[in-house]
Amino acid sequence: MNAPAAAQTRQSKLIKGATGDWEIVVGMEIHAQVNSEAKLFSGASTQFGASENEHVSLVDAAMPGMLPVINEECVKQAVRSGLGLKARINRRSVFDRKNYFYPDLPQGYQISQYKSPIVGEGEVLVDVSPTEQVRIGIERLHLEQDAGKSVHDQSPNMSLVDLNRAGVALMEIVSKPDIRSADEARAYVSKVRTILRYLGTCDGDMEKGNLRADVNVSVRRPGEPLGTRCEIKNVNSIRFIGQAVDAEARRQIAIIEDGGKIDQETRLFDPARGETRSMRSKEEAHDYRYFPDPDLLPLEFDQAFVDALAAGLPELPDAKVARFMSAYGLQAYDANVLASERESADYFEAVARGRDAKAAANWVINELFGRLNKEGIDITASPVSAEQLGAILDLIDASTISGKIAKDLFEIVWKDGGDPHAIVEARGMKQVTDTGAIEAVIDAIVAANPDKVAQAQAKPTMLGWFVGQAMKQSGGKANPQTVNEILKRKLGL
Amino acid sequence: MTSLTDLTLAHARDLLLAKDISATELTEAHVEAVEKARALNAFVAETPDKALAMAKAADGRLANGTAGPLEGIPLGIKDLYATEGVHTQAASHILDGFKPRYESTVTSQLWRDGAVMLGKLNMDEFAMGSSNETSFYGPVASPWLPPEWTREKGRSALAGDKQGLLVPGGSSGGSASAVAARLCLGATASDTGGSIRQPAAFTGTVGIKPTYGRCSRWGMVAFASSLDQAGPIARSVRDCAILMRSMAGYDPKDTTSVDVAVPDYEAAIGASVRGKRIGIPKEYRIDGMPAEIEELWTKGIAWLRDAGAEIVEISLPHTRYALPAYYIVAPAEASSNLARYDGVRYGLRVPGKDIASMYENTRAAGFGKEVRRRVMIGTYVLSAGYYDAYYVRAQQIRTLIKRDFETVFADGIDAILTPATPSAAFGIGEKTSADPIEMYLNDVFTVTVNMAGLPGIAVPGGLSPKGLPLALQLIGKPFEEETLFSLGEVIEQAAGRIKLPEPWWA
Amino acid sequence: MSVDHATVRRIAHLARIAVTDDEVPHLAGELNALLSFVAELDQVDVAGIEPMTSVIPMKMHMRADVVTDQAGADAIVANAPVREEHFFVVPKVVE
Repeated sequence: MNAPAAAQTRQSKLIKGATGDWEIVVGMEIHAQVNSEAKLFSGASTQFGASENEHVSLVDAAMPGMLPVINEECVKQAVRSGLGLKARINRRSVFDRKNYFYPDLPQGYQISQYKSPIVGEGEVLVDVSPTEQVRIGIERLHLEQDAGKSVHDQSPNMSLVDLNRAGVALMEIVSKPDIRSADEARAYVSKVRTILRYLGTCDGDMEKGNLRADVNVSVRRPGEPLGTRCEIKNVNSIRFIGQAVDAEARRQIAIIEDGGKIDQETRLFDPARGETRSMRSKEEAHDYRYFPDPDLLPLEFDQAFVDALAAGLPELPDAKVARFMSAYGLQAYDANVLASERESADYFEAVARGRDAKAAANWVINELFGRLNKEGIDITASPVSAEQLGAILDLIDASTISGKIAKDLFEIVWKDGGDPHAIVEARGMKQVTDTGAIEAVIDAIVAANPDKVAQAQAKPTMLGWFVGQAMKQSGGKANPQTVNEILKRKLGL
Repeated sequence: MTSLTDLTLAHARDLLLAKDISATELTEAHVEAVEKARALNAFVAETPDKALAMAKAADGRLANGTAGPLEGIPLGIKDLYATEGVHTQAASHILDGFKPRYESTVTSQLWRDGAVMLGKLNMDEFAMGSSNETSFYGPVASPWLPPEWTREKGRSALAGDKQGLLVPGGSSGGSASAVAARLCLGATASDTGGSIRQPAAFTGTVGIKPTYGRCSRWGMVAFASSLDQAGPIARSVRDCAILMRSMAGYDPKDTTSVDVAVPDYEAAIGASVRGKRIGIPKEYRIDGMPAEIEELWTKGIAWLRDAGAEIVEISLPHTRYALPAYYIVAPAEASSNLARYDGVRYGLRVPGKDIASMYENTRAAGFGKEVRRRVMIGTYVLSAGYYDAYYVRAQQIRTLIKRDFETVFADGIDAILTPATPSAAFGIGEKTSADPIEMYLNDVFTVTVNMAGLPGIAVPGGLSPKGLPLALQLIGKPFEEETLFSLGEVIEQAAGRIKLPEPWWA
Repeated sequence: MSVDHATVRRIAHLARIAVTDDEVPHLAGELNALLSFVAELDQVDVAGIEPMTSVIPMKMHMRADVVTDQAGADAIVANAPVREEHFFVVPKVVE
């Protein structure tokens, strides 16, 4: 794949230490919960929030003699995700056992894919800023079982184990060490999340832990070989990922600049303190004794299986952005904002269809998204539908209302709902384009303010005062352009 | 009429269908035999009430014409099989008190077909052993008295520590002993390296390990997943064929079970074997093979030749590597399969100062010596730095072993004839103190079959000069168990049914 | 390859089996005996041979994505040595 470009040093990303420039190198393992009804190898539900050990099958609880049977939908979701990451799909992959003891791991091993993952190399285009795009290589994607949950705070010397999550399917998406800054790290996770949400393969809910990342950070002098890395486990928000990268890089640089060296280790990010700390206390020399799971066969499928899934894929974010730019003439930034969620892109398109797309984009981004963000409402629950917003745009376009009135109208629809056309009628919000009526208003103003007339004739910028008066007296409904024209004529400008 | 417990399964079935006997009286006779034979230690749990209730239900179906193929047949179930609400511990301390809320696929098929459960049978702990001496519940005695022993001597040993009595073989020692002692008409067993065929050979019974994937492993406590296979032990080839039909079948809950129709195996009994090409592998003629085994094999060859089969010398060049490779693959899988016994969700828990010591104490106390040894060796061969040298190499050798068989089958061989074991049964305590490898050598002729996933049957071929049973093994092509039943029947007829020992233990 | 006492302890810990000091030399002896028993395999030329993954070659059957077999929390914890409500209880695990 074309990872080399990304693997190179990006001068703009270097950070200054006390003794010169440093380059941050980040690779990431994203754990994304697969959207499915049942678990990866059992028929128990994946639903969140059940009471303890309710969503558990005999297989998940590792009862003696129980055997795993793979869920076909999870396989399909992994393939779809691979296709969305422009990755090689391996038509033969193998499930291995990763052996270790932990109370939330009932089998004493996790079924995962070690040597032969279902998805191989791919890449993701990541927009770091409106003007900067980088290419991050994907190393692999594999399927594995999630573990259960231990609750530690109920008793001073006991932990409680709930296996509801045990056996839920996860996709582990491993990036190449192509990420060079905290911004890139954030943008990468955000992009992968967007792609998975578009595909419907993972809901991307980071609060529930349905998407989380292990972040591998190292630092080096530009041009030098990779430094020793530390793995920051289980970071569960995009903001924290950025903070963790920065904090860890700063820590490593300080150590090296003080003449120390970095120990390869697993660390945790503490958001309250904004720093990472070692997990060494609990860590042991891990020896996972991977070997192919003898209860399962190699996972094999033909190209037709892959092709059928490819044919059913939705348009993905990159393609959508490109189309929004070419078909609607949008700027890259706006196109990216609109395409960040499949639902918002669909909303935009419903508004833009048959209308001025740029105006539609402005309204959706500035008015609608602004308002939704402020109120913390999801686009899918927007009080103003695409149809209603479209109607508002139609009223502007037909000069029935002014832009200013349109904002008032948007407020009314947001709060009370209703058909914008009917509201405009009922509330008399129509713009006055009748020149006679406007002339009468202007004549009255001109007659009442001879001093201002003189000033305006001497200094044409005073015209604005008259426009303001005219608009005020017409209750904002006068067409500003008409007001302008009549005023200029009346004042001889 | 002979006693009800002396009937073959096939004969009992016919009498039940003819309403000459009832399932209840047949079951009562067996329940009584089980009680009287407690000293053999073949059963680890008796379920007489369940048995009689099942028999009563069977009588109802026999009366109303809805009888299944095993209606009213009393069976023993190896403790390896999960039986709902009934003791299921794989004869291990670590599963103390475990009563599953589920029924294994194989046993549920037996009950579906009308069979009656007498109880759970002793075995080597987690099926690891060749003498049934590794059971947490103590050794099982064979119903065969050691040569020259009087019944009094046998009874007194049985009342004591059983030393010197004969082992029934293992790991399905309880199954073999119970069937040979006429405590049940047949029994479920399981075979990972020879655990059906070797105990059948030691006790003068018939046992078949079907093709890997023929029977579901769901609900059978796992030892080594890629080798474990369920199968029956019974007193005739026909009885095994009858049981196999009920035990076999595709199970969507076991990914490694194979979706192939189950034939009427019994129909293969009596089929002509004329023209069948029987391979005699020269590599099985091992150094130091006892003369009695050599003679048995020669007789077997003659019997099949007399029945019209063609005898062909063949070569299976990787045979000698099968046992060492097995002792890498099986412990490796076992070390992982047995990780679930951790004192958290079921079975024994021995407290410790923290979670790690709770695990370590529980597993040290819960696993017997042989199991601990195999878990250790399995952990070692999978550990970092050794995986390729041991595990991968052993699996490569497994490919070569399987290829050996594929080559001879491709050359037109229909089945392979070998001895089942390198010796007759030995005494309890005779091989336990010694080097474990001496015990492992019991499986030298049977283990190749597991490594290649093939079906194999052990059929009695007669008695040794000292009067102990010896058996021949027939190895077949994948899913051609029928050929083994046809050939096995020929041997059984030619050798003459072995006269099983009178119940000196009762 | 020979297993020393430190290795026995490491393997025992990996396998979570407590061993006493007295057991270690004996276990080392047994493991070494087994390793020399399997050393014979080193003679076999395995170059280019695929390690076996499934003894009966076939395609893996897959299950449909349907919730079919939840046992219920009662059944799941029924055999637990220690439980609280429907949780399994273990000695405190330090994160």
